[in-house]
Amino acid sequence: MMNITFRDWVKSGSPFIWLNAGAVAISIIMVLGLVGFIASKGLVHFWPAAIVQANYTLPGNAPLNIVGQVADSEMVSAEQLHAIGLETPNGAAEAKRLLLKVGNRDVYGGDFRWVLDHHLSEKSYPLTAVAIERREWGNFYGYLSAVYQGDTLVADANGDAASYEHAWQAFQSRIARALAIHDDIMDIQKGEIGSINHQIERLRLEERRLELNDELSDAELARLQAARDVLHAEYAAHQKKLNVLYQDLARDHFTAVEMGGQSIEIKMSEVVRAFRPNAMSSGQKVAHYFSKLGEFLGDDPREANTEGGVFPAIFGTVLMVILMALMVTPLGVVAAVYLREYAKQGITTRVIRIAVNNLAGVPSIVYGVFGLGFFVYFLGGTIDELFFPEALPSPTFGTSGLLWASITLALLTLPVVIVATEEGLARIPRMIREGSLALGATKWETLSRVILPMASPAMMTGVILAVARAAGEVAPLMLVGVVKLAPTLPLNGNYPFLHLDQKFMHLGFHIYDVGFQSPNVEAARPLVYATALLLVIVIALLNLAAIYIRNHLREKYKALEM
Amino acid sequence: MTQANTEKGHSFDMSAMGREQQHLDINAEVAALTVKGLRLKYGEKEALHGIDMIIPKKRVTAFIGPSGCGKSTLLRCFNRMNDLVDGCNISGEILLDEQNIYQKDVDVADLRRRVGMVFQKPNPFPKSIYENVAYGLRIQGIKKKRQIDETVEWALRSAALWNEVKDRLHESALGMSGGQQQRLVIARTIAVKPEVLLLDEPASALDPISTLKIEELIHELKNDFTIAIVTHNMQQAARVSDYTAFMYMGDMIEFGDTDQLFTNPEQKQTEDYITGRYG
Repeated sequence: MMNITFRDWVKSGSPFIWLNAGAVAISIIMVLGLVGFIASKGLVHFWPAAIVQANYTLPGNAPLNIVGQVADSEMVSAEQLHAIGLETPNGAAEAKRLLLKVGNRDVYGGDFRWVLDHHLSEKSYPLTAVAIERREWGNFYGYLSAVYQGDTLVADANGDAASYEHAWQAFQSRIARALAIHDDIMDIQKGEIGSINHQIERLRLEERRLELNDELSDAELARLQAARDVLHAEYAAHQKKLNVLYQDLARDHFTAVEMGGQSIEIKMSEVVRAFRPNAMSSGQKVAHYFSKLGEFLGDDPREANTEGGVFPAIFGTVLMVILMALMVTPLGVVAAVYLREYAKQGITTRVIRIAVNNLAGVPSIVYGVFGLGFFVYFLGGTIDELFFPEALPSPTFGTSGLLWASITLALLTLPVVIVATEEGLARIPRMIREGSLALGATKWETLSRVILPMASPAMMTGVILAVARAAGEVAPLMLVGVVKLAPTLPLNGNYPFLHLDQKFMHLGFHIYDVGFQSPNVEAARPLVYATALLLVIVIALLNLAAIYIRNHLREKYKALEM
Repeated sequence: MTQANTEKGHSFDMSAMGREQQHLDINAEVAALTVKGLRLKYGEKEALHGIDMIIPKKRVTAFIGPSGCGKSTLLRCFNRMNDLVDGCNISGEILLDEQNIYQKDVDVADLRRRVGMVFQKPNPFPKSIYENVAYGLRIQGIKKKRQIDETVEWALRSAALWNEVKDRLHESALGMSGGQQQRLVIARTIAVKPEVLLLDEPASALDPISTLKIEELIHELKNDFTIAIVTHNMQQAARVSDYTAFMYMGDMIEFGDTDQLFTNPEQKQTEDYITGRYG
């Protein structure tokens, strides 16, 4: 009886429905879990965590005042503690230990410290505890004591509440002033001076080119020198302006007390941001959160990529993917059209198809090696010899860069575009072709006016797959163009604006670099998650853009379902 | 012949279909297309075993016969559509204006403009109604907007479609009904002013009312065009055509005046087919 009901159940098909539904559910849970995990790990990084102050007393040691943000916590077993001569509270099997971000790397050498929770006493969250983000040496945690302008004391924070508040306001306004001056300096350095340096370099190259061609007359020399003098004069003017700004910037400083009681003097120009998480309202915390998030998305990295933003990496990733798509689409489409429409179908086309499909399975690092050997050294070297001899021995295109990275990835994704386009061409009903041919159109006219527009959604599908694959590739890029830190964006205001020979930053490589090459692993870990989340979002956005275009095309060329 | 007379009761009564009796003589017609000894092979299999006939000018010639008899294949020879089929081999001649269309130096695109074709299922392009009709003109390199406008209107009027679509010329052709799409395809074909119009079962995918409209249209068009139509529907062949060719297994069994063929067929096979004995 039971046997029959089971068989009936199998015959009814419901186990397979359950199986399918289960597989779909698992996939969804996995995707959501992945995104949720990296999002939760990465996004908390920007939240202003409370600063805890406590006495840390290990048995046999003097009590230690400790100030910092709780970054992580975990359980350690009694045996582990026992091995270093410590006990768990009341003989429990495990004890909690906390990872505190205590900052002040200039004083203590490291940013983080593990402490055993049960040895902390007199825990408090003082409202005046301040976290100061600096351009160097990481965060400072402690208490503000006085603000100075030059050598004059402006405000003393060690009085009553009103005078503390006054000192805090003075502190904040002076930080804002220093930041504004710092921005001006950066603008001049990156903008005007960067442009002058670029022009001087171009003049140098021009002189070298003329010299190589034996066309360097005295008149030319004089002209170049004149141009150079103008630039040098401009440079001197900017430098003067900079000097004034630098002096202005160095005007203010402040003193603060770190957790050990030592008073530290810090220049206002060193400060990026100062805040008192314990005194912040929820609204202020949210505002702080979004300001940090904005910095992460819009600013350049600081401190060996462990602080600041990832904007150059976002920019590099998107630009590289767009260039890749612009290269792979025409090439893939043309190849697919030839294979499907013009080539005589037979052994040769079948072999070519197999080869193309197998290319999709070649490990990406192999493409990187090929790109380095063929594109960078051979093609780039040749281009340098032919077109940029004046810059030699320093290479122009003969070194890894944006162009070669895009081309290498275009090659990597070419099979995807070819296969998708071919399938799209094959799906177009024969009757549509015949309809066009019967009106006196040639094969080419039929292709260009009817077939290719109708196959364009399929081409976009290929591009979508190519983008998805290329945006996530890191391995080949490490060989052909990506760097840890690029001083300028590959697209800027200096002629010729798009610098295909420049190296660039990439989110995928940034993850690797921050996570594994960083001198400050603990500080960088949340950034790894945040950057990973960002990479996923960037790829998703690129895909959504391509999908939007495809659906638009699909609507337009919605073929007869025949 | 004698058998045909005795079986007359099973034949079609043409006058009952509201078609005036007229006596046509194939030998008195001017040929638009002349077919001489046409043989066609798909690989090793011969599909047409030597066809000789003419397609008379400004008349409607219908091809009937059971499925697989080669009537569509023959029609597709007239504008070299079979060139697209791999392994298709043709011998014999088809003359258009004294010239063999299978000669090497023939411009196939130009031939297909002169010999237009409408297929079994409507196949409008995924473009607007206007652009569908203008397609052939644009292919010919006509750029003047006024000339294109006029021709599009003329073609749509000729295809009895103008009044239905004049307010939505720039909407997608894919939004039309099947019957409208088929008339659009006919308009698209006549817009390039072909000399011969090949219709390959043009109404077989349509409902009866759309079929009727197509048949009326064929009647109108024969004043301006030479028409060859393949059909499965014998009543339709009888209604629309002046001449009918009956084909069977790749052979032309009988070809002549439609009235004659349906009322008084010369061949036993023709008679069996039109009376529904087989096919």
